[in-house]
Amino acid sequence: MNATFRIQRYDPEKDEKPYYQTFQVEVEETDRVLDGLNKIKWYQDGSLTYRRSCAHGVCGSDAMRINGANALACKVLMKDVGDRVTVEPMLGFGIVKDLVVDMEPFFDAYRGIPPYLINDEPVPGGRERLQTPEQRARYDDTTKCILCGSCTGACPSYWANDRYVGPATIVNAHRFIFDSRDRATKERLNIMNEKSGVWRCRTIFNCTDVCPRGIEITRAIGEVKEAILADRIKP
Amino acid sequence: MTRIHSYDAIVVGGGGAGLKAALHLTRFGNVRAAVLSKLYPSRSHTGAAQGGIGAALGNLEEDRPEWHAFDTVKGSDYLGDQDAIELMCHDAVDVVIELERMGLPFSRTEDGRIAQRRFGGHTRNFGEGPVRRSCYAADRTGHMILQTLYQQCIKNQVTFHDEFQVLDVIISEGRCAGVVAYEIQTGELHIFHAKAVLFATGGFGRVWSVTSNAYAFTGDGPAILYRRGIPLEDMEFFQFHPTGIYKLGILITEGVRGEGGILVNGRGERFMERYAPTMKDLASRDVVSRAIYLELREGRGIGGKNYVYLDATHLGREIVESRLPDIADFCRTYLGIDPAVDPIPIQPTAHYAMGGIPTDVDGRVVVDDERTIIPGLYAAGECACVSVHGANRLGTNSLLDIVVFGKRAGLDMARFCQENDLPPIPADALEPTRARLDQLRGGKGGEVPAVLREEMQNTMMEYVGVFREEAGLKQAIDRIAELKERYARVRIQDQSRVFNTDLLEAWELGALLDLAEVTAICALNRTESRGAHSREDYPRRNDAEWLKHTLAYRRPDGSIQIGYKPVVITKYQPQERVY
Repeated sequence: MNATFRIQRYDPEKDEKPYYQTFQVEVEETDRVLDGLNKIKWYQDGSLTYRRSCAHGVCGSDAMRINGANALACKVLMKDVGDRVTVEPMLGFGIVKDLVVDMEPFFDAYRGIPPYLINDEPVPGGRERLQTPEQRARYDDTTKCILCGSCTGACPSYWANDRYVGPATIVNAHRFIFDSRDRATKERLNIMNEKSGVWRCRTIFNCTDVCPRGIEITRAIGEVKEAILADRIKP
Repeated sequence: MTRIHSYDAIVVGGGGAGLKAALHLTRFGNVRAAVLSKLYPSRSHTGAAQGGIGAALGNLEEDRPEWHAFDTVKGSDYLGDQDAIELMCHDAVDVVIELERMGLPFSRTEDGRIAQRRFGGHTRNFGEGPVRRSCYAADRTGHMILQTLYQQCIKNQVTFHDEFQVLDVIISEGRCAGVVAYEIQTGELHIFHAKAVLFATGGFGRVWSVTSNAYAFTGDGPAILYRRGIPLEDMEFFQFHPTGIYKLGILITEGVRGEGGILVNGRGERFMERYAPTMKDLASRDVVSRAIYLELREGRGIGGKNYVYLDATHLGREIVESRLPDIADFCRTYLGIDPAVDPIPIQPTAHYAMGGIPTDVDGRVVVDDERTIIPGLYAAGECACVSVHGANRLGTNSLLDIVVFGKRAGLDMARFCQENDLPPIPADALEPTRARLDQLRGGKGGEVPAVLREEMQNTMMEYVGVFREEAGLKQAIDRIAELKERYARVRIQDQSRVFNTDLLEAWELGALLDLAEVTAICALNRTESRGAHSREDYPRRNDAEWLKHTLAYRRPDGSIQIGYKPVVITKYQPQERVY
């Protein structure tokens, strides 16, 4: 099929502000939007710039706005967007060039969780810590996060105030808060209780709608809010 | 403007091997280390590994590291070095426990231990039948390993230079003295001066048209070192994973078969029973990929087309959704099918480089058959060849390789950094890189990088794939030589400095072409069939002449010189290989 790609362009060395450029490209219905971008870059305009790596939805490089909604370009097929597709960088982040955005603030917020298991208790017998399948299931959903930024870049609360840590950070805090092996629940809940934390979430569900990993993000944020209010973790 | 940074140790690549090395380097307070990655580390291809990491924990049934070692030796078609294999399989138990203690969310058994599943080529008691050895976190084990190691590096305050692409290594007075890197956001060249450098850049599956590998897998590390005179080992051995999604090549984990999935041809036959009577669908990958090709060649594909089915419909929705959720998601997204109801159309996909930069068990790069090293130069993970995978890697052993040898390399680098001073760097260290980039930027010819890349990938798929023979290999070598000649006239369009991926893709094509050439020449040179290297004109393994590793050196004129080194054999004498 012949598809029309309307792409937001911006080269900081030349352009004062972003503009739109239209390309016609021949694609298969089963092609990914990423395949369409690649065909444009490789055979029409080599300066078209975006991040990409795994091309099957697990590395998180190619999050962008496709027909108005954040998605991974490698996880959306042409047949699902039709023959007219608008591609723009994610909102809420600074634009570096074309579809590439500045992810540094995003990773800074992630590092604040802190994003690692905290447990200094000795483990008997040189073996693994035990965790039942039920305990493991409690935080399964939030372990799927690939840090693509789709949720944070879709959040109106984040657009309004970039000091808000954003949904992706809370997802990753949830992953540790609800892990039965972690011993820093109190500290993590205190961080999430700060002004920049969970209370900026207005339960808009944009994050859940766009998550390419299908994580129930709004629900996870709600569970963190509940834990703060109850001062304990619901098992 | 050139910026010069000084560290004790530099790690090139932010995947599992690089992060594990960085973690152990920085546990010594006085070693200053940094990780350079052309991606954000969490984007690394370790994250795409699915089915598990092998370790004889014995959580569900009896298992022993010796059995794991035997399986790995046999899987390697006796080309793996047995001292390194034994070490890896014994270390496996400790490194997996260590990962769990770092927080890795493994799936669990009913009694709360790390869950384990069956995987291809992993057996109990030296080949009697399948054993549950693969430790897994659903079907995203690599994702969880990558995340956990990245998290631990943040905890250890490892320094990261993200989106810095390394384009050259600096070797001075016989020592490694650092690397040259291109800062993607600014287009600036940087020198990273260091006592020790680890290359952990992953694979180069993008040489082929159908591959499970990320776009980033362009073999940067092996190509950079090869151009500096370091040999590449066993490059003729490249694994084709049996189950890639038809046409797309996206990986469908062997864990599907580990959970009980079977391969079915166009006649509805479970054909692996004919090729591997004991292990059937869980034979090693080289065996299964060949069987699929033979079925397709005999016209027994589905509806006469070039694919067969991977059937998991009898496993039930519960198993599919709980143990294979990402696979179910890939099938829905890319094929519009539900694997609990529909069989999955698959074909073999270029997956893993058994060969690469020759190293010893401490990650030190070894440049000949006499254990000669270049002090300070290290490699680990898929870009390296220890060799623990020999002619064919077993599933779950790549994740094991990166954590075991990433750790060993990191520890040895820490020791090296404490015992040595910074070597001098030559004043013109940057010049070859600058010249190469200027040439690419200023190219006046009309050759389009994407066209050359596509021709290379199709050529390699056709002639240097699962089956090879002399005439085809010669044709591939000629075509790649022609493509290399045309590459000199390549023209890029983007002349900007900021985030110029047009320029970097053209540079990466140069790396891919070099590695394609070495692979094809080594494949023509080895006149036997062993593991993943199947010569139709030499269908048998020939231990008398070929039980040895290949070393391919680049001569100053660009031609290739072949050398060899012996295989280390400890306990397991080569036998006929039957599954």
